[in-house]
Amino acid sequence: MASTQETRRAKGIDGSRRRGIGLHAALVLGVLLSAFPFYWAVIMSTHTSSEIFSYPPKLLPGTHFPENVRSLFDNIDFFGSMFNSLLVAGSVTFLVLFFDSLAAFVFAKFEFPGKRLLFVLLMFIFMVPAQLQAIPQFVIMAKLGWIGSMTALIVPAAANAFGIFWMRQYMKGAIHDELLDASRIDGANFLRQYWHVALPVVRPGLAFLGIFTFMGQWNDYAWPLIALTNPDNVTLQVALSQLNGTHGTTDYGMVMTGALLALVPLLIVFAIGARQMIGDLAKGAIK
Amino acid sequence: MATLPALEKRPAVVADVPVTRPRQGFRKYWHLYAAISPFYLLFLCFGLIPVGFSLYLSFHRWDGLGSMEWAGLSQYRYLLSDSEFWSSIGTTIVIWALATFPMIFLAMVTAVMLNSAVRFKNLYRVAYFLPNVTSVVAIAIIFGSVFSTNFGLVNAFLQAIGFDQIAWLNTPWGIKIAIATLMTWQWTGYNAIIFLAGLQTVPSELYEAARMDGAGPVQTFFRITLPMMRPVLLFVLVVSTVTGLQSFSEPQVLLQNTSNDSTFSGGPGHAGRTMVLYFFQQTFDNNDFGYGAAVAWGIFLVVVLFSIINWRLVQRRGEE
Repeated sequence: MASTQETRRAKGIDGSRRRGIGLHAALVLGVLLSAFPFYWAVIMSTHTSSEIFSYPPKLLPGTHFPENVRSLFDNIDFFGSMFNSLLVAGSVTFLVLFFDSLAAFVFAKFEFPGKRLLFVLLMFIFMVPAQLQAIPQFVIMAKLGWIGSMTALIVPAAANAFGIFWMRQYMKGAIHDELLDASRIDGANFLRQYWHVALPVVRPGLAFLGIFTFMGQWNDYAWPLIALTNPDNVTLQVALSQLNGTHGTTDYGMVMTGALLALVPLLIVFAIGARQMIGDLAKGAIK
Repeated sequence: MATLPALEKRPAVVADVPVTRPRQGFRKYWHLYAAISPFYLLFLCFGLIPVGFSLYLSFHRWDGLGSMEWAGLSQYRYLLSDSEFWSSIGTTIVIWALATFPMIFLAMVTAVMLNSAVRFKNLYRVAYFLPNVTSVVAIAIIFGSVFSTNFGLVNAFLQAIGFDQIAWLNTPWGIKIAIATLMTWQWTGYNAIIFLAGLQTVPSELYEAARMDGAGPVQTFFRITLPMMRPVLLFVLVVSTVTGLQSFSEPQVLLQNTSNDSTFSGGPGHAGRTMVLYFFQQTFDNNDFGYGAAVAWGIFLVVVLFSIINWRLVQRRGEE
């Protein structure tokens, strides 16, 4: 690749070493800026409010983390709302992976009347903004009796245009027609082809879509804020926002502890899938 | 935010598909329709019907409980004369501009640096991407404390170098800058990675040729890198426009306890009330569903118009 060529060339030039150090210094500065808010949250969550309000500001972690955690758990049902978030994000991810990959397989590899029209419709749906759907969705959910329950979050998100489009692009290249032909000659029906031929090949694509969906659902805020009308049964993001709304000007240490702890599951998922995620992220943009 | 697909992509019908001689009729294809049906059914229930219904609603007066009352075009007429809506458009665009231009600049610089730094490239990419995966709620809470008037780090820094404190979340520009800073922080790394992917598609022969012709790094960047990056730049700009103009969570969480009349009020003087915040306020605080629907269509129009303008600007620059 070009990078090895570049290294060789760079090594030949005088002063390139110093420039390399300058470059890395600038990049490290950027990393520090990216990481700083997390560090700041750690500092805040380990101090009492009076320490936080004192000047000069604390720049090193303190010792009051356990107290902040205790008062956090006293003020919101942290694990209950975390369970709700896991339930929503987990179910949606599972459903999206299944429905989207199934539909994508059809769009990528089969011909049928009306296909083009349906696909154009799919792309159009992609563009419809959420606000246009918010009120009627709320009304429909209320009629169905789903307002206040996690069903209101899971069902509408169970399949989406982005996932179908993305998986279709992935499948077009990854699944070879010869494989499908061979499996059909062996007598495999459509579902078997999907399960035994298509899915194993596109596993990396599924991993990306899965991580992407999970994180998006975990972080979703606007719709849960509206749809979850029972303040005792909400997702983690809504619980955090309630905490900030009621205690945000008085008990910063506790609120910050909540913000920090809410990031932990996300960071774990990211640590597992970072490589996959970043590798595939740009595919839609540069194709 | 979702990565939108490349815009110039056309939904093409593939020719080389493994079909046997097509038998006519639905029976032959029923399993294919069944396989794609979940999405379309969901879309029908929670997408198409809602959009149609919101159009219908916008011609009515409705508080969500009582009976609907025909209002004709009066909601839209009111929207056009509603100075609060217009000022929310202005607020949104100012915040968008304050966030997007520094973000694109920083992302481009970062991407160019990453492209030339050979060691630790993957490590850097992970670190830069981290802000983007964290929840807006948690980050807005954290940024709220960084910009706090009394104990915020920004003010402590200003104080340390001899400036006066600024009530960031209490002044019109302070609010906008705080929101924009949050957005810039969250999206710079994401876009840098997209730019980096774009940079890696530029053929190295082009750089080689430029070097032979004696072009310096700055000239190379403006004459080769930037023109080659136009599609990626367009992608980033359009995505930033569509998402940035619909910002809601950042101002809502950041400013929810700076005012006690509504959690959607956008802070003192409504300085951080974006279009979508205004929509939520009208709809779910005032229970004015009819007007809310009209506001939603107004937002849709603004976003579409603004995206087209941005697109045109980047495209035209390319033709020169």
